[in-house]
Amino acid sequence: MVRIYPVRSKALLVTRCLSLLACLCASLYTAAENPTPEEIGLNIARATDKRAQGYGNFTARQTMVLRNKQGQESTRSLRVKVLEVEGDGDKSLFVFDEPRDVEGTAFLIHAHKVEADDQWLYLPALKRVKRISSSNRSGSFMGSEFSYEDMGAQELEKYTYRYLRDEACGELTCTVIERVPTDRKSGYSRQVVWQDRDELRTWKVEYYDRKDAHLKTLTMVNYEQHLDSYWYAGHMMMVNHLTGKSTDLTWSEYQFRTDLNERDFTQTGLKRVR
Amino acid sequence: MSDNLKIPLLLDRYIDAILRHRWLVLVSATLIMLVMTGGVRFIGVTNDYRSLFDEGNPQLAAFDALEATYTESNTALIAIAPGEGSVFTRETLAAVEELTDAAWRAPYSTRVDSLTNYNHSESFGDDLVVEPLVDDAQSLSDADLKRVEDIALNATEVAGRLVARDGRVAGMAITFALPENPDAAVVEITDYIHTLLDELRTNHQDIDYYLTGNVVLNRAFGETTKDDTEKLTPVVFLVILVVTAVLLRSAFGTLATMLLVMFTVNTTAGFAGWIGTVFTPINAGVPIIVMTIAVADSIHVITAALAGLGRGLDKNQAIIESVRSNAWPVFLTSATTAAGFLTLNSSDSPPFHVLGNLVAFGVLWAFIYTMTLLPALLSILPLRARRVSAERPGFFDRFGAFVIERRTFLFCFFTLLAIALAAGIPRNELTDNWTQYFDERYQFRRDTDFVIENLTGMETLEYSLESGREGGITDSGYLASVDAFARWYREQPEVSHVRAFPDIMKRLNRNMHGDDPAFYRLPDNPELAAQYLLLYELSLPFGSDLNNRIDIAKSSTRMTVVARGHMSSQNLRDLDARAYDWLLANTPDLATPATGISITFAHLSQRNINSMLRATIIAMALISFIFIWVFKSVRLGLISLVPNFLPALMSFGLWGYLVGQVGLAGSVMTAIAFGIIVDDTTHFLSKYLKARRQGQPAEEAVRYTFRTVGPALCTTTLALVAGFLVFTLSGFQVSWTLGLMVTGTITFALIADFLLLPPLLMAVDRKKL
Repeated sequence: MVRIYPVRSKALLVTRCLSLLACLCASLYTAAENPTPEEIGLNIARATDKRAQGYGNFTARQTMVLRNKQGQESTRSLRVKVLEVEGDGDKSLFVFDEPRDVEGTAFLIHAHKVEADDQWLYLPALKRVKRISSSNRSGSFMGSEFSYEDMGAQELEKYTYRYLRDEACGELTCTVIERVPTDRKSGYSRQVVWQDRDELRTWKVEYYDRKDAHLKTLTMVNYEQHLDSYWYAGHMMMVNHLTGKSTDLTWSEYQFRTDLNERDFTQTGLKRVR
Repeated sequence: MSDNLKIPLLLDRYIDAILRHRWLVLVSATLIMLVMTGGVRFIGVTNDYRSLFDEGNPQLAAFDALEATYTESNTALIAIAPGEGSVFTRETLAAVEELTDAAWRAPYSTRVDSLTNYNHSESFGDDLVVEPLVDDAQSLSDADLKRVEDIALNATEVAGRLVARDGRVAGMAITFALPENPDAAVVEITDYIHTLLDELRTNHQDIDYYLTGNVVLNRAFGETTKDDTEKLTPVVFLVILVVTAVLLRSAFGTLATMLLVMFTVNTTAGFAGWIGTVFTPINAGVPIIVMTIAVADSIHVITAALAGLGRGLDKNQAIIESVRSNAWPVFLTSATTAAGFLTLNSSDSPPFHVLGNLVAFGVLWAFIYTMTLLPALLSILPLRARRVSAERPGFFDRFGAFVIERRTFLFCFFTLLAIALAAGIPRNELTDNWTQYFDERYQFRRDTDFVIENLTGMETLEYSLESGREGGITDSGYLASVDAFARWYREQPEVSHVRAFPDIMKRLNRNMHGDDPAFYRLPDNPELAAQYLLLYELSLPFGSDLNNRIDIAKSSTRMTVVARGHMSSQNLRDLDARAYDWLLANTPDLATPATGISITFAHLSQRNINSMLRATIIAMALISFIFIWVFKSVRLGLISLVPNFLPALMSFGLWGYLVGQVGLAGSVMTAIAFGIIVDDTTHFLSKYLKARRQGQPAEEAVRYTFRTVGPALCTTTLALVAGFLVFTLSGFQVSWTLGLMVTGTITFALIADFLLLPPLLMAVDRKKL
């Protein structure tokens, strides 16, 4: 859930060969056999998805700084636990530390590839778990400019893809892909994603709202490699162009392959969470 | 009038030069005018109602801060009214749904709140279900419709805002984030909505749609500016043409006047373009005022020239004599008129600065053209003496005699009349109401009236209520205080709807207790409240978040009070003051005045009147000093104050009796009228003084003054009245109020100069000169 396109470097060589091959094919074969932009887009998304697999589980800390047009700031602090699930979306658990009055509140999500995600919230003041019955993924997360869809696992099946172009991004060369949410209730009409060709890390995402206006831009920096394979951005900045509000999200204290297990990600586990 | 002999000499030589090089003068003036006119294409028109306010306006600053803390509140409000009966039918709800979907695609929209997408929360066991009130209206059963109706009419956040309390009209609010310069965006948005509504009207023929809101107000602003400049300017031109033709009774004299007016107005408008002026409805009248005032200068010169011809002088001689005798008074009246208009710079509303400066510029050029182009033109045109009618001078002779004979009666009568009229001044209420700025010819006004009468009020008071600490909005004390404040507001007779944060908490508390109505109250545990809120926020879909009601630090919430019906500014300010007192007495920590568009407008004319009053008094003092200096008589300078000052008071008083509501127009009326009416006094006093200095007693001087200057004063007043009356054709309240009030003041000024000033002079000015 946390990582947006973690990438395994072992696969790098293979992909490079594949893409080289794809180029060769494109130039050698007739138009009918050329991959369409949709096919190229899907292939890159598949490759990205593939590389993200196999991390097992991890925990980390998130610090969000919200800013409004007035320059006012507010901080949210939470812990994140993520469990990889084979054949379905990941299970994630957010435990809120700040603000103080929601301390200990825990949010559990079972992401699914096609059907709506399951969501529960544990309210410590009530000592009960409440199920959130809403197919909503693109609403504001804790008043920030991030929606849980923006932070959440990019399940392959939740979008259709289209390759747009390659272009320079900083010192790297990026592939620019457009993806369209399949969920008709999504707040976005499309997203444009910049991924570098070497490691398939995402550097920038532009979000377009239902009227196709450029709503938000996400920029990701401070990438670090974990378990010698997976790249994770340490800092994510989301700017809302319509309202002038922005949110900075910092990741820290990553720990991989901890002793988390399925039971920690159940409604009963939710009550035990500290 | 000047004792200085050098000036007439210089003047004579100057006029002689002009007449000798008349073609050169004509060509040069034409070139200057054409170069200036080239700027017309750079004239901008804004439709941003914010342009009415000064950058330092405290109410606007408070409102901007509120918008920056929460979200912008540029809105379009659409009322959906089925021909008859309730909105809770499959067809109407489907129309609302369709409109809601389409509204999301409106340019610059950030949020859509409608009857159908209202996020209703319900609990089933340990599930909190948050979903739109209506999803796929066509599929609803009769029982579903009943359920939707029950929920909507009982939800505090919906009834009286998104649906009329009687269930006959549904509402939808679209919120927009506008760019820095919103002009193009406003046009784009309103065009989109109009097209949308037209489509819906064809698809659902028995449903009516009404559109209002401040974004639409902006568009109406732009439309009025265009209407007023495009439609009223030709009318004024025509009116001036007719008035001049009738009064001058000379075809070529009229032609010369119209050319002068055209030169002046083109030069001024072109200059406005070159300096990048942006017009608003407030100053759309610049060309009209410039034309009206420019005509007076040329009438004085042409009348005198025609009179000279009539006395048998040759044409050039008549022109020289006319310019010689008029140069000084025309210069003086131009200077005082410009001074009056320049005082508009102290207005708090920037469009009036533009109005003042441009008219002052126009007056200056009217003077320049009168001194150059006009004599050249008159010399070129085949000007003929008109047949002298013996009747008019005779009338003013008789009139002068009447005034001298009945001076005591007239003095008393006029003084009593002035006092009686002035007593009406307190009847005026200062009000600027943006819902009433436009008359019924504008669809904006008709739609707004419908919404106010059938759905919800349009005047809102906005509050940002601070809890004093981060996350403090779920504190029990804070919630209770805000709730009490909201309850107090709901009890006020002039309030139709209140949106307050505690209502959400009460609803959630009820949801968390199995939707038991007994738990529709504030949660008493602050942590629980914060966690309910987090749960609710996680459930809200895209575009429905609470960021427009809660600040990011969860330290303050926004409360919106909607007033019922047509509220005057006075009532709004009173309500605001009462609420502030209530806060001070009950929850001093929350005490803050209201903000918002309505409040900003409600304070506009009051702020403006204060600043304008100071400026007008300074201008009056300045002009009186000029009088004292020019007439070399303190006594006359002081006497001149009476006819300069009284007309505005009388006009305001009469307005108080007849109408009783003044806004922006009232605040600048005195400054505008003052610069113009001073001219009458100038002409009257200068002729009077000339006679007195020739040794005539006051009575004879008055008689002489009436005979010489009476017709011209009547003529110019008539032209000015005709010009300003054209403003009454405007659909913009500020413009037509200004037109009527200035007309009234100019008329009273003429009466004062004719009936009050002479008796006053005869009473006070007894000393032999």
